[in-house]
Amino acid sequence: MNEKNKYKIDENTVREKLQEVMDPEIPKLSVVDLGVITGIQIDDENNVSITMTPTFAGCPAVEYMKNDIVEKLSALKAGVVKVDVNYDVQWNSNMITDRGREMLKESGFALPGKHNGLVQIELLQNVECPFCGSKQTDLRSTFGPTQCRAIHYCNNCLQSFEQFKPV
Amino acid sequence: MNGINDFTEIQTEAAKNLLYRLADDQLILGHRNSECTGLGPILEEDIAFSSMAQDKLGHSQALYQLLHNMGEKDPDTIAFTRKVNEYKCCHLVEYPIGEYDFSLMRHFLFDMSEAIRFNMLSSSSFEPLAKIARKFKGELKYHTMHAVTWINQLGTGSGESPFRIQKSLDVCFPLALGIFEPSKYEETLISEKIFFGEKALQEKWLEAVIPVLKNAGLVIPDIENVTAAYGGREGIHTEYLKPLIDEMTEVYKIDTGAEW
Ligand SMILES: [Zn+2]
Repeated sequence: MNEKNKYKIDENTVREKLQEVMDPEIPKLSVVDLGVITGIQIDDENNVSITMTPTFAGCPAVEYMKNDIVEKLSALKAGVVKVDVNYDVQWNSNMITDRGREMLKESGFALPGKHNGLVQIELLQNVECPFCGSKQTDLRSTFGPTQCRAIHYCNNCLQSFEQFKPV
Repeated sequence: MNGINDFTEIQTEAAKNLLYRLADDQLILGHRNSECTGLGPILEEDIAFSSMAQDKLGHSQALYQLLHNMGEKDPDTIAFTRKVNEYKCCHLVEYPIGEYDFSLMRHFLFDMSEAIRFNMLSSSSFEPLAKIARKFKGELKYHTMHAVTWINQLGTGSGESPFRIQKSLDVCFPLALGIFEPSKYEETLISEKIFFGEKALQEKWLEAVIPVLKNAGLVIPDIENVTAAYGGREGIHTEYLKPLIDEMTEVYKIDTGAEW
């Protein structure tokens, strides 16, 4: 082992750094808190390989996040940074961390209800309004401006709001 | 459990054939649905169709990627540079968008089959496909929820809408039966537990769609007297496929590497 290789990146450092890679559509939410990082491997040469799973198969943000991961991790003086996107672990909305849920709320989104793997229509009804907290709300459309959002209407504060969909 | 490298030659051939059918269906219907702007009765419907189109194109890309991992060309090349008779999509997905009630009925009949298909495939012995299927079925849940709501709404609505949606059902039904055109690999797929087979899928599909259609007040076409629109799976297509592929290829050539 030569002098240079004594510097060793550990998984926590990588994870910390990944907190700076944000979902381009929800700038407060990092890829870690979104739950899409499913593997971090670092070899002796400090080459880092990240495994990522898409929230939705056709999610256009994946390419952006992939590039951003490479850019941010390169700043750690890592060797080669590789991001492999695959479905070995399948993302679901239960994988969003508690901190991620907090960030979603702060960003004005209603939260996806936790589920046991099966999303039923009930999970999309009477969703709590992120503005006033009322549950007197109606589901307007299960498809919002992006694949991961549904649209609801609050009968108490009379505004529409978006929900991060339970999947 | 089987990975890509555990297959014999005939098993690989069978799995690839299945993947091409699935991927081509997704690609073509994804493109059709993305044309649906301005078609729906309310703005939210345009957004829904474009969101579902995005899902479908994403599904096609994941399936082409798996084919690529099995030794086929890269996803874009497979998607956009084959000859028309090399596509294995069914006729149902090829038809132009028509009126809203046609696109809606097609979406209902097709996505109900997809939801069941990927549910079945999530326990496939072919592990890479099973993993993708587990992902897709969660997304398809939203598609079928959407479709059932609107079929019900139009079928039980006032004015012309029940009549029109019935007409769309009569047109779409034989086309939809073409989804289940068996391939020469059925036996291999079934005995290797890669897929339960088109026949089993069609039965489950009928069990699922008939109650919804009846509930919406629609008359189910007499399946004994309907000729299923076969041919697509063997590369024999309707006149509508070629212009669509030409258009897709054109866009691909102009902007190679474009996001799709
Ligand atoms: Zn409110």
